[in-house]
Amino acid sequence: MESKVIVITSGKGGVGKTTTTANIGTALAMMGKKVVLLDTDIGLRNLDVVMGLENRIVFDIVDVVNNNCKLQQALTKDKRYEGLYLLPAAQTKEKTAVSPHQMKNLINELKKEFEFILVDCPAGIEQGFRNAIAGADEAVVVATPEISSVRDADRIIGLLEASGFREPKLIINRLRSKMAKRGDMMDIDDILDILSIELLGVVPEDEYIVVSTNRGEPAVTDTVSKAGAAYRRVARRITGQDVEIYTGEETSSLVNRFMKMVKLAR
Amino acid sequence: MALLDILNRIFAKETVNSKDVAKERLRLVLVHDRASVSSDFINALKEDLIKVIREYLEIDEEQLSVNLENEDNSVALIANIPVRGFKKVVNE
Repeated sequence: MESKVIVITSGKGGVGKTTTTANIGTALAMMGKKVVLLDTDIGLRNLDVVMGLENRIVFDIVDVVNNNCKLQQALTKDKRYEGLYLLPAAQTKEKTAVSPHQMKNLINELKKEFEFILVDCPAGIEQGFRNAIAGADEAVVVATPEISSVRDADRIIGLLEASGFREPKLIINRLRSKMAKRGDMMDIDDILDILSIELLGVVPEDEYIVVSTNRGEPAVTDTVSKAGAAYRRVARRITGQDVEIYTGEETSSLVNRFMKMVKLAR
Repeated sequence: MALLDILNRIFAKETVNSKDVAKERLRLVLVHDRASVSSDFINALKEDLIKVIREYLEIDEEQLSVNLENEDNSVALIANIPVRGFKKVVNE
């Protein structure tokens, strides 16, 4: 089985790495793929709560690396989808509790079982970042249309390329197309112009993300969430399907207005 | 917000889009960020400059300084190269 190991990174914190990991992973599992989500944010774990799996965790990544448990024991099964697992970060340790070498070995073990291994990278460019990229073959950079986020994304892209990642791909998160249209937010083209990397997807700003995180149910499981739909598209592109990139345009405003009227859309 | 500010907002016609401001600021800051990704960059540039200039001039390599500097709205490569003398260049 050929496995894909994708690290999801950004440099800056709070731009949606964990939300992106949870949603792409869940969407891939919805397509019947065998997926494991790897939280490498040791000391600040959150992927478990975003996935709604916080009550099921017994062992974590540091336990596995230190041979306190078997890998199978630390793999937390998702409650919704067959074939979706989470390997949680440790909450009480530090980033140095795992080395890049150990991470590589761990991912090689996971490759035997999973088609997709998504690595949720912590913010920053220190050891947590080094660990997260150690075993990955591909990198996805998440950026929001803000000056600080794009700047940090540029730095991360430089570091990724220096570490041998040939073509990191970009997800633009939390785009507000109305603001972009009136010139008060950088648009897709502005960001691509500056970062000059390949675009993997665009996720619109969507209040439902807050709701879905509150509930511990990734937005891709919701049929009307716009962000959820955008993430489902990203997942299909990752599997090689030729799917058009969401550009922020409403597809058919009349239908949409009707849906809103009957409370089917947000 | 002062009344004048409000009026300015309502009637302002040719204010620059804030995203264009962001883009321009980013462009400038990135020139610097990208150059300073490694301090090796400046050193490599310095060595290559010395190599070329040595063909034409006798320079004080100890005193030579090369830096990227932000000036108003642009980034400039500032080099200070003390010259000790000219080399006899063969006229062809």
